[in-house]
Amino acid sequence: MPAAKLGLYPGKALADARAMVPDLAVIRANEPADRKLLEAIADWCVRYTPLVALDPPHGLFLDVTGVAHLFGGEAGLLQDAVRKCTAQGFLVHAALATTAEAARALAQSKPGTVVPPGGEAEAVAPLPTDALNTKPHIIYALKRAGLKTIGEVVGRTRQELASRFGGSFVLLLERTRGRNGGPITPRIPVPLLMAERRFAEPVTAGTAIAETLLSLSKDIAVILEPQGQGVRILEACFFRADGQVRHVTIETGHAIREPTLIVRLFQEKLDALIDPLDPGFGFDVIRLSVLSVQVIPVENIGFDTRSCEQDVAFLVDRLAARFGAQRILRFLPQNTHIPEAASIAAPAQYTEPVAGPWRVERDSDGTPSRPLRLFAKAEPIIVPEEDLAGMPVRFYWRHALHRLAHAEGPERIATEWWHYQNPGHTRDYFRVKDEEGQHFWIYREGLPDRETLQPRWFMHGLLA
Amino acid sequence: MNASFKPNLKTLPGGVPGLALARAPLGHVAADACLCGGLLPGAVHEVFAAMAGAGAAASGFALALALRALAKPKWLLWVRQDFSALELGEIHADGLHDFGADPSRVLLLRAPDANAVLRGGADGLGCKGLGAVIVEPWGSAPMFNLTASRRLLLAARQHGITVIVLRHGCAPAPSAAETRWLIRPAPLAPDDEDRGIPRFDAALLRNRHGPAGRWMMDWDCNNGIFRTAHSRASVPPFTGRSVEAPLEDLRQAG
Repeated sequence: MPAAKLGLYPGKALADARAMVPDLAVIRANEPADRKLLEAIADWCVRYTPLVALDPPHGLFLDVTGVAHLFGGEAGLLQDAVRKCTAQGFLVHAALATTAEAARALAQSKPGTVVPPGGEAEAVAPLPTDALNTKPHIIYALKRAGLKTIGEVVGRTRQELASRFGGSFVLLLERTRGRNGGPITPRIPVPLLMAERRFAEPVTAGTAIAETLLSLSKDIAVILEPQGQGVRILEACFFRADGQVRHVTIETGHAIREPTLIVRLFQEKLDALIDPLDPGFGFDVIRLSVLSVQVIPVENIGFDTRSCEQDVAFLVDRLAARFGAQRILRFLPQNTHIPEAASIAAPAQYTEPVAGPWRVERDSDGTPSRPLRLFAKAEPIIVPEEDLAGMPVRFYWRHALHRLAHAEGPERIATEWWHYQNPGHTRDYFRVKDEEGQHFWIYREGLPDRETLQPRWFMHGLLA
Repeated sequence: MNASFKPNLKTLPGGVPGLALARAPLGHVAADACLCGGLLPGAVHEVFAAMAGAGAAASGFALALALRALAKPKWLLWVRQDFSALELGEIHADGLHDFGADPSRVLLLRAPDANAVLRGGADGLGCKGLGAVIVEPWGSAPMFNLTASRRLLLAARQHGITVIVLRHGCAPAPSAAETRWLIRPAPLAPDDEDRGIPRFDAALLRNRHGPAGRWMMDWDCNNGIFRTAHSRASVPPFTGRSVEAPLEDLRQAG
């Protein structure tokens, strides 16, 4: 039996409620979990329309403008949604009207109503004032004034209502009567373009899923082609028959339109998922949503031979889809002489190749002055001994002793004191070879006696 | 593994249809003579670090081979395992440039484990824009077996992409590699000049189409070519073309 019929309502003290209904089943409220569940249901509802908004604590608005005919009309859509939600174990009340507020009022008091356009004022008039869903003190005041239904409230003049309850209440009242409807705020960004397939029998086979993605990509390509556009961000939504929804997004460095390429990127991504796509009892809807597009420069649309650069760009996309964009990198020079900052490795998908300038650090005889391999963090070494010129003679690195056969330096690199409050110490770099021929790039941090009494030594990189 | 990346391995050893590419001369006279004129592009070449301290030298040698095989507008993909960057340091753009490579045409893939290294390298071999791929797993990665190297070889031939497999901390095992190199850093002799240039003690352990050998090789960073080292440091004589002797050598070195 509904709690309201027993005289229970939100906000009532638990002890009072128990006094009224001795065998009351009590469950502690978990608002975050309720919210999560509501969001999951909202995700599921995206199968009807991308415009789904939350109406906490337990409502959802769906803007079904222009999509109802796909589900057998407005009444058909409403029934379908209610039936499927009920089948998943939810108690659902739904109604359909011109404005969100009218639909909400009707869903609470007369679930299942589909109001013909323009009929909202008439439909909501007999509803109790609670259906307005406004602040409790307003409802209380309306009841105290003897206004039991929305129709009676509408009968008062607007000036009266506005001066007593504020302008926003008047607006709410108008909207509940199906006028001045405002847009809802969709929970997820509305895609620019969508293509989807619905299956009478849920699909589970990987090949069927790949086929579907391919044909959806073709649908999208057909629409984008006349505009000369390609996709940058594309989302595939897999709606499982049992209500779970899985989103998989791919991103490309350059706009692409070729359906086979798009499907290959999705394959890479699906293969690399940590928790793989689980069809369960099958997907009944698969949808591709284009979230970002870009114009494809005309010269790129070529014949069947793609250029080297495009090939490399696509390789980057594939590797990024598989390993993540942070793992496939390109090198970019930076305007600084601090060695670890002079060049950076940045995600190749988000950057364009930069031809340079790379500073030629080589000595005149062709000796490289920068190491091929640089440690992300310089490792401390122990230099027990320096010669009279301040050159190291031997050092310990990772507990191994290296006796030096050759040392070149110092190359003094001062810190960028004009950038930082506390720029750290000057470094003196040495290229040293030990007796085995291993080539190291080490530095002494801090000018002796000027910056520090006890200079420290570090291993920064390895030369070939 | 991609469906397109599963050739019928039984047909392999007889010879695979592929691009006929000219050999890329290394510039080192004796080595080029052994290699029938130079490094075979579109093939798999293995570079082993001979000991714990030879990782950087092996990296340099692998890069040098890749640069020799790389045709000008093509890209280089370097796939390295995360552990390798911890042990030896990350690939450094300024260092690449000093070595003679063009960092703006190098892609770096940071692979979390050896499986990902193999996978990423194989992915790269489907890309016509690449000229060479350096594949750098760490340790005795068991997935780099004969089958894997044959697959790499097939894909490499198809698009004429040279694969350099750079190995640290493991002993050579049978593979489909065209050449196999064992690299040590070359010690300095007291009266050496050019003391800073990259110098390798390179042993060619295996050569599918010629004899093996061992040489001191200098890398000329300005011109991107190997030179015969004018070092007084003694190269231990290399006996025979069998793989056994250097392998013994390797075991002793640890």
